[in-house]
Formats: sequence, C-alpha cells, structure tokens
Amino acid sequence: MTRTSQSRPRGRLFGRIDGDVAGILLLAALLIVVLPLGLDIFRLNMVGKYLTYAFVALGLVLCWGSAGILSLGQGIFFGIGGYCMAMFLKLEASSPEATKIQSTPGIPDFMDWNQLKALPWFWEPFHSLTFATVAVVAVPALLAFIVGLAMFKRRVGGVYFAIITQAFAAILTILIVGQQGYTGGINGITDLRTLKGWDIRTDEAKLVLYFVNAALLIGCILLCLYVRRSKLGRILVALRDKEDRVRFSGYDVANFKIFVFCFAAALSAVGGAMFTLQVGFMSPSFVGIVPSIEMVIYCAVGGRLSLLGAVYGTLLVNWAKTMLSESFPELWLFAMGALFIGVVMVFPNGLAGLYQQFIAPRLRRPVAGRADAAAGVDAGAPIIPPHTAAD
Amino acid sequence: MSSDKIDADKLTGGLPSPLRRKLLLGMAALPAIGLLPRGALAQALPTDAVNTTKLAVTDSTVKVGILHSTTGTMAISETGSVQAEKLAIAQINEMGGVLGRKIEVIQEDGASDWPTFAEKARKLLVEDKVAAVFGCWTSASRKAVLPVFEQYNGMLYYPTFYEGLEQSKNVIYTGQEATQQILAGLDWVTKEKGAKTFFLIGSDYIWPRTSNKIARKHIEMHGQKVVGEEYFPLGHTQFNSVINKIKLTKPDVIYASVVGGSNVAFYKQLKAAGIDLNKQTLMTISVTEDEMLGIGGENIAGAYACMKYFQSLKNPNNEKFVAAFKKMWGGESVIGDVTQAGYLGPWLWKLTAEKAKSFDIDKIAAASAGIEFTGAPEGYVRVHENHHLWSKTRVGRARTDGQFDVVFETADLIEPNPFPKGYQ
Repeated sequence: MTRTSQSRPRGRLFGRIDGDVAGILLLAALLIVVLPLGLDIFRLNMVGKYLTYAFVALGLVLCWGSAGILSLGQGIFFGIGGYCMAMFLKLEASSPEATKIQSTPGIPDFMDWNQLKALPWFWEPFHSLTFATVAVVAVPALLAFIVGLAMFKRRVGGVYFAIITQAFAAILTILIVGQQGYTGGINGITDLRTLKGWDIRTDEAKLVLYFVNAALLIGCILLCLYVRRSKLGRILVALRDKEDRVRFSGYDVANFKIFVFCFAAALSAVGGAMFTLQVGFMSPSFVGIVPSIEMVIYCAVGGRLSLLGAVYGTLLVNWAKTMLSESFPELWLFAMGALFIGVVMVFPNGLAGLYQQFIAPRLRRPVAGRADAAAGVDAGAPIIPPHTAAD
Repeated sequence: MSSDKIDADKLTGGLPSPLRRKLLLGMAALPAIGLLPRGALAQALPTDAVNTTKLAVTDSTVKVGILHSTTGTMAISETGSVQAEKLAIAQINEMGGVLGRKIEVIQEDGASDWPTFAEKARKLLVEDKVAAVFGCWTSASRKAVLPVFEQYNGMLYYPTFYEGLEQSKNVIYTGQEATQQILAGLDWVTKEKGAKTFFLIGSDYIWPRTSNKIARKHIEMHGQKVVGEEYFPLGHTQFNSVINKIKLTKPDVIYASVVGGSNVAFYKQLKAAGIDLNKQTLMTISVTEDEMLGIGGENIAGAYACMKYFQSLKNPNNEKFVAAFKKMWGGESVIGDVTQAGYLGPWLWKLTAEKAKSFDIDKIAAASAGIEFTGAPEGYVRVHENHHLWSKTRVGRARTDGQFDVVFETADLIEPNPFPKGYQ
C-alpha cells in the first residue's frame, strides 16, 4: 500500500483501515446473511434489483465524489451493459424451435415484427456468452473513453460536462427507440428466459443471482477502495480541489479524468448486466435522463464521498420508493419529493455525513487517545470540498 | 343494475348446441343463486372447491389487482381505465359479488415505468395472490409484465387497442387488435370518400408501426397508394415539415396514429397550416374522447376516428354506463374507447368465474372462450378462442364539443385475428 509514505500516525492508519474493513464486513453480513434470511424470495429479488443501481452509485462516488466530475448520463452505461447481456439472452430465447410461428424463425420476435429477414451483423457475436460478458464492460468503457477523450482533452468540465452527458443520454434513448427493428424500440428486449440453458426465471435462479450480485458488489467496493487509497485516488481528490495546481505539478489531468470516467462507466455496466439477469428484460427507460438523474440522487442521499453510503443510499431510496408506492399509489411521488428536499436541506452530505457527524464520534471516543475526527478520503468522509466541479 | 345481469337467451344464441345446452343449464341456475341470502352461495360453493391453487379467496371475499399508472406521463390516459374498472367492480359487488364473494381491490401504481409494472405485477401475484389483474395500458408495460403472468400463472385483463402479434393463455385482450380496428375503417373511407391515396403518420413505436404496416398492405392490396409514411418520437411537437409534405402530396386521406401529448401539437399545427378537416379527410385510430380534451374540439372537428366505442353511442347499456360513470366520477368526465374496454374486464372475469365455477387461473383461462357479455356499453361482445374479443368497429366524426357522431358501424362482429396472414 502506498500509505507508508503518509505522515499520519500509524495507529490512526490502522484504525482507519479497520473502520473501512469493518464497514464492508458489516455490509457483506447484511447482504449475504441478514437479508436472505429475513426476506422472502420476492423481496430479496427486489433488493437484488436495487443493488444493481448501487454499482452506478459506486462509480459516481469515484467520479463525482472523489474527482468532482458530475455525470448526468450514467444511465447510458448502465443501459449498454444491460443491453449487451439482454442481446445474448434474447438470442438464446429465440431459437428456431421457440420462434417457429414467426415469418422468419430464429431471430428475436421484435425483429420479425419489424420485417427484418435476417439477424443484423452486430447481433451475430452475441451468440457467444464470452463475447457478451466482455462486451458488457468493454463497450461502455470504450464509449466513455471516446467521450472523455473528446471532453477532457479540451478541458471541458464542470456543469458543461454534466449537460453534455445528459445530452448523450437523450441521444442514446432516441436512437434505441427509433431503431426498433434492431433494438426492440420502446418496449425494450423482453421475455428473456435462460442463460446457457439455465432458467433465470425460477426462484432458485433468482436466489443464486442475488448472491452473485451481492458478491460482485462487495468485490467492486473493495476495488473502489483500492483505487481511492492508491496514489491515483489522491491525485483525483487533488484535481477536484485544485485542478490547476495538479496540472502545474506536471500531471496530465485529462488522463486521470478519462480513467475515472471509464472506470465509473464499467461499474455501471456491470450493474446493468446484473439488472437484466435479475429482472428479465432491458428497455430504454433505464438509459434516459430521468433514470440517470435518479442514480445521482441515490448517490447524493447516501453521501457522495462515501462508498458504503452510496450503497445504503441506493437501498434506502429504492426501498422507500417501493414501500410508499405500494401503500399510497396516488401520493407516493409527493412523499419521494419531500424526502429528496429533506435530504438536501437537512443533511446535504447524505447518510454518510450524518453517520460521520453523530455516530462515528461516539464510537471513537472509547478507543484510547484518538480524539481527532478529522477526515481523509476514507469510506465515510464527511467534508464536502469547497470547490467542486459542479459548483 | 338488473339489465347487466346475464340474459340467458341472448347469451347462448350463437353457440353450437351441446355447449349451449350445458351453458343453459348452468345459466338457468344463476337467477336462483341470486335469490339466496349472502353467504349461502359461499356454502354452496365452498372455498376449497372454487380455489384449489391458494389464491386470495375466502368464504366471503376474493382479491383482485388493478395495475395502472396513476403517476407519470401515462397517468392521464390510464386514469379512465382505473375508474371504469372500479365502477364495474362496485356494480358487481352491489349484485352480490362473484361466486358469492365480494371483490376486494388491491391497487398498484405502475408509475409509467415498465420495470415498475413488472415489479408490481410480481407483487400482486406472489405476495397478494390475486385472482385476476385488470391493468396495463401501453404495449411496453404489457410486454414487461407478460413473462411475469406466464411464470406465476396469473390472469391479466388488458384494455387497450393494440398491435396484435400476441396471444397468451394468461391474458384476455378486451381492446381491439390492429386488424379489427383498421380494416373496416379503411374499407369505409374508400367506399364513402372514394379514397385513392393515403398518407400514414404515427408516433415511433411498435403500435403505430405495426398498424401502418397492416394499413399499407390493405391499401396496396386494393390497388390504392401510400404516398407517404412518417414517424415521430413520442412527445414530438414539431409537425411543420410533415404538414408541408402532406400539402405537396395532397393525399385523399391522412391516416394518423400519433399518440399522447404529440396529438395536441399535430392538430393545432394542421389547423394553423390551413388544412380544414372538413375538406381534407383525416382518419385517426388514436384519438379518443380523452385525447380530445387536450386537443380541443375546435382543432379536430371534422376528423374521423375509427375504433369500437364512442361515448355518444346510442343504446340502453351505454346510457346506463355513462350515467353511472358520471355519477361515480363526476359530470365532467369523458369516456374513451379504452375506458369502456377497461369496464369490460371485471365483468368478463365475473362471467367466466361463474361459468367455470372456480377462481383457478387454469379453469378461468379454459372457460374464457365463448363468454358473452350482453351488458357491454359497446353493445355485445364475445371472447374468441384466441382470448381477444369479437367486436364491432365504428367510425365517429369529431365534433367541436369533444364528442363524436357515430357515422358508421359494421353490421357484424369482427373476428379478432392477432396474427393476420398476408399482413405481416
């Protein structure tokens, strides 16, 4: 670990590592033991769906929280990841036997409705699960690389970058809806059945997918933690707080920004692919502006500087959404609006900020001699920097 | 509501005789059942017998779900369906419920969001174990919930006119599929207006595209010509370029399947461009009384709409229905095609459960074919083996007050044909 070069006291260093690891262990215990024991398969599957958004929120913590790059288009990458997986599953569900009532058997049903006579060339490789899995991560990362290259090399940042990402989200939605013969249009790619012959619609499959999803999420949190603690992570914070100084120190700022943007895109895409597997379809309604902004809200509610906070924020917002809409079908949107306003007005640093402000000091006091509650870049950092790119 | 009760003679009028005899026997018993005190029927039909698959049925109640968007962009369209379904359920409960059991409604909000529809459908079927669900509006929401209904074996009554190309054991389609709605209207406009050329315009998604595909085949089959075909994204509001094309090509008929808010812009811009719908024939398959509220009667008066139901239909069923609807939901409310189709759902389900003497989904699915509802506001409907409805198609002419004058209706019921040969 590059930590050794830090001038902080060793005791504090170990204390902080323990804090992060303990937090992750606690989350892991919650996701892997408590929730599966406490919830029936229907609710557990819903939690699994929420957790796929947590991948996006994790990416945003790095991209927005650490590096100060606010992207309002993370739905693009979530969507592309989900579509890559959905294309593979759809091809498997469209075997010639299963689709023999179509005028052209063997192609997905929506292509048949749109008078396509053969599978388009870019669908062909998605017969292979290996290709599809690689594409889930590679296609969004590549797109993020191109967008990042075009933006950051020209020093486009801050609110302009946010608006451009939003425009990309709108463009992609229109493209998907408009090319319905190739993409399934506004209906999306629906009725996905099996993964290599394994029926993903059964309760057992849902349980297995939930655990795979939870394990992947924990893995991604560890990966993010590693990135944040590396020298790279600290450069990201530095360029958020004083970009010019970093540039004058000889770093190519754009490269770091491109990296973190691609990284966040890849994380979102993993979430998208898991979403498709657990929910059983993918549609342009996850790609557009509204879902992209919702994903930023999950991150904001949890605390944009905190990896664990983002996960809890995602769970909390989605859980509230489901519960409120079940209990008050006509009023729940108002309740959600009130919740968001409340978050911004009362605790702008999100759940993690609340934890850091009220709970963490009480936990720390008994531990001998560590009175300083000063924050660094750990999993529960409280301080919003004075100047962020979004300002 | 006595006239809504099943008229046994009419009901069996068109059925082959062995089935007819069985039905007559069953139906003859029904009035007697109606006379029994409440609870007696439940004893006559014990819960164990009518519910072998652990649905939410007790000795006195049965739970059903309503799954529409009450929030989001689709709420304005779906609210009418919710109201109609609740009205039907209230009327059925007033008559003593279904198989002696009062209907309890669990309403869920799909929030104009397809995955939410899927989530709520799963909740209704898995957690609440409802005996039937009345819901969905857009094709996308139906496509999202369909695998859920098939997996958990639920029953969905879907009210919207739609593109066809679908048939499921677990869905009853109470709206028209595309060929039912389109072909008769095209034939009428050809005969009445001598139309030779058509300009097709629609919103860009599966329903308008499929509808126009069917329309184009039918038009070309009869030696007529399509002079233009254009699609616009949902929510699009700039129609000036296509209106210019319409002016250049001078089609005999503009054939429109623009949906939602885009309609307002489209008809206002047509009027502003000087196209008088009293002189230029326009036929729409997407504007009901509900859409007219937004468009404004003065902007669309003179246009023809082709569907199966108009609020102004003159028949005793419809007069009762309109009066009951306004009494329950306010005198200002209007009733469009889909709202009426929503009203059919609970009634068809009730009739089917009484024929099957069971709430079991498999028995309901099997008993659905041949179910007839003589109390339908649109007149009389019958469920086809393919789970769509036999229904008449009508052409209405838009008036400035937001209603339609019915100018044509087919003589016979039109057979639903979701997979039309020669039109794909």
